Amino acid sequence: MSAKDTDWDGVRLHVVTGKGGTGKTTVAAALALALAAGGKKVLLVEVEGRQGIAQLFDVPPLPYEERKVAVAPDGGEVFALAIDTEEALIEYLEMFYNLRRAGKALTKLGVIDFVTTIAPGLRDVILTGKVSESVRRREKNGKFKYDAVVMDAPPTGRISQFLNVSDEVSNLAKVGPVRNHGDLVMSVIRSPQTAVHFVTLLEEMPVQETLDGIHDLGETGIGVGAVIVNMERPAVLSAEGLAAAGRGELDQDEIVRGLKASGLEQHAGDYAAALAAEAAEHALRNALEQREKARITHEPRYDLPFLPHGMDLAGLYDLAHALRDQGAA
Amino acid sequence: MKNFDIDALIDDRRTRIIVCCGAGGVGKTTTAASLGLRAADRGRDVVVLTVDPARRLAQSMGLSELDNSPRRIEGVRGDGELHAMMLDMKRTFDEIIEAHSDPDRAKLILANPFYQSLSSSFSGTQEYMAMEKLGQLHRSNAWDLIIVDTPPSRNALDFLDAPERMGRFLDGRFIKLLLAPAKAGGRLGMKVFSAGFSMVTNAVTKVLGGQLLKDVSTFVTAFDTVFGGFRERAEKTYELLKSPGTAFLVVAAPEPDALREASYFVDRLKSERMPLAGLVVNRMAQSSASGLSSARSLAAAETLDERGDHPLTASLLRLHAERMQLAARQERLRDHFASANPTVPVTTVRAQAEDVHDLDGLRLVGDSLATSGQAKA
Repeated sequence: MSAKDTDWDGVRLHVVTGKGGTGKTTVAAALALALAAGGKKVLLVEVEGRQGIAQLFDVPPLPYEERKVAVAPDGGEVFALAIDTEEALIEYLEMFYNLRRAGKALTKLGVIDFVTTIAPGLRDVILTGKVSESVRRREKNGKFKYDAVVMDAPPTGRISQFLNVSDEVSNLAKVGPVRNHGDLVMSVIRSPQTAVHFVTLLEEMPVQETLDGIHDLGETGIGVGAVIVNMERPAVLSAEGLAAAGRGELDQDEIVRGLKASGLEQHAGDYAAALAAEAAEHALRNALEQREKARITHEPRYDLPFLPHGMDLAGLYDLAHALRDQGAA
Repeated sequence: MKNFDIDALIDDRRTRIIVCCGAGGVGKTTTAASLGLRAADRGRDVVVLTVDPARRLAQSMGLSELDNSPRRIEGVRGDGELHAMMLDMKRTFDEIIEAHSDPDRAKLILANPFYQSLSSSFSGTQEYMAMEKLGQLHRSNAWDLIIVDTPPSRNALDFLDAPERMGRFLDGRFIKLLLAPAKAGGRLGMKVFSAGFSMVTNAVTKVLGGQLLKDVSTFVTAFDTVFGGFRERAEKTYELLKSPGTAFLVVAAPEPDALREASYFVDRLKSERMPLAGLVVNRMAQSSASGLSSARSLAAAETLDERGDHPLTASLLRLHAERMQLAARQERLRDHFASANPTVPVTTVRAQAEDVHDLDGLRLVGDSLATSGQAKA
């Protein structure tokens, strides 16, 4: 362990949410790698049945079983689990009620349909219940099985509702076993052990959803973690260059001279015009990104770079590094 | 690659419904709005039904916000008309309950905690209600083209299962079990549950708790009659979606995840024999200097670096090289999809530097949608 404290000492459940398309699965995986670095054991959990983790780590689809998917820098391990609602429900029945056989019968009778159709709160209790169980689970020697659990959670628009299961459940069940279970789950989620991180792009809609999500979550008393800006593009031009490009005032004659000097004699005029237009778009985009970034006043904020060659395992490790460098792990 | 001719689709008067589906964050709603405007500009009477509460989209169409009834959009060129609305799923659900049951029963249902949970938070409700609204709009016969975007989830096509799922649910033995006490006719219950009956009821009671079970039972009993009409309409909507007047459009961004989802949607639509019109790949990077490859561009930048002059041109060349690389990667992803799905027509939309914020912005997207599908024909 490094001498420097991370931003999340004491946090054992990291919930990663974000608007669709912001790359929350990727960020969750990178965070799991970052947290595992230096010999830790981290569980990465997926709850929406998309098998995004398997694709990311380039392994076959994950069964309902904790499997090692990656080795972290300096000897840590990342395990992954894709939670299947039906299996989790049967497991839950077995664990708490010793009802495995009945559980199978319930499935046959369409209770699963019932759970997913009529009482969505119950579905969420099962999913969050499994996650909080893995957070609480201990080895025989009393030590926690996992140093941290990272959940690739539902999107920002649904996150407060998803995590705030006890409210959902208490509306449905005032007393009884479901209620008790909901309370147990909430004791993990509403504790300082849990932090919810928001992944966003520097675009208007995802940033707005992030700000709204942070506000909504604040009202539930669940801990808000970091805002993680994903796929940030570096400004290629100097500040003056950007400003001039944005105003459409780049000196095209100078660009033509530059192109010719570089050996691009043919079509230099056309190319210069096209390059200036591309620079103007770049400047516009950059201004928009800076505007959106300024709206994110939440601390801490981590910035992850856009990977021009697409997402692969090497890229995932780069992102994990970036997260560590900024204090996320 | 087969080209997707958008104008041929929207100009064909037989096209009555266009459904846009795809993963979240790929620009589905903008695509739906752009298509709607383009169709209206070309003389059709269009309504766009969106599930996305994006204020910006409403504003780009000159409205402060969208709500559950169609609002007319000003500024259409020509004889066509454009209306837009946003689905309010709870409101739509409430209206169905009110329309299909007597006032007392409706009150009972609306107040039931299960109904409230189902109508406001069930992740499938939005899909069902979008289709319900689509059916309503279609039956009203007020528009000759309805464009709808589906909720941004993997389950966006769940509405295809709606009739079947609802049937399975209603005819399910579990529901009969819940209804059994109310229907008093114990014979039915005993027949269905002869084996393991008490084991199951005990398990259910043990897990859910007696009070919860009672609430469910009350709810299901009250809901039973309404559900019947529900299923019938869901079946009608399913048939409507399958009819030749409907066109499904799969929308994607040029990213591996989004295109994988697109393939999933394509497979799903094919297996349901739904009329798939084509794929729209949004936000493709493009350059007007495509003759200048990234390799040559980078080499030129290095030459300038070595010479130590023209730093501005050098950085512009790098910027261009990056764009060309991105464009190449995106084209490869698109072509990968096209070769895996050779029968699916494809069109692309050029990436815009800024978010769409007015009708002209929507028109630009519409132009791009229409021209890139024709260009290489």
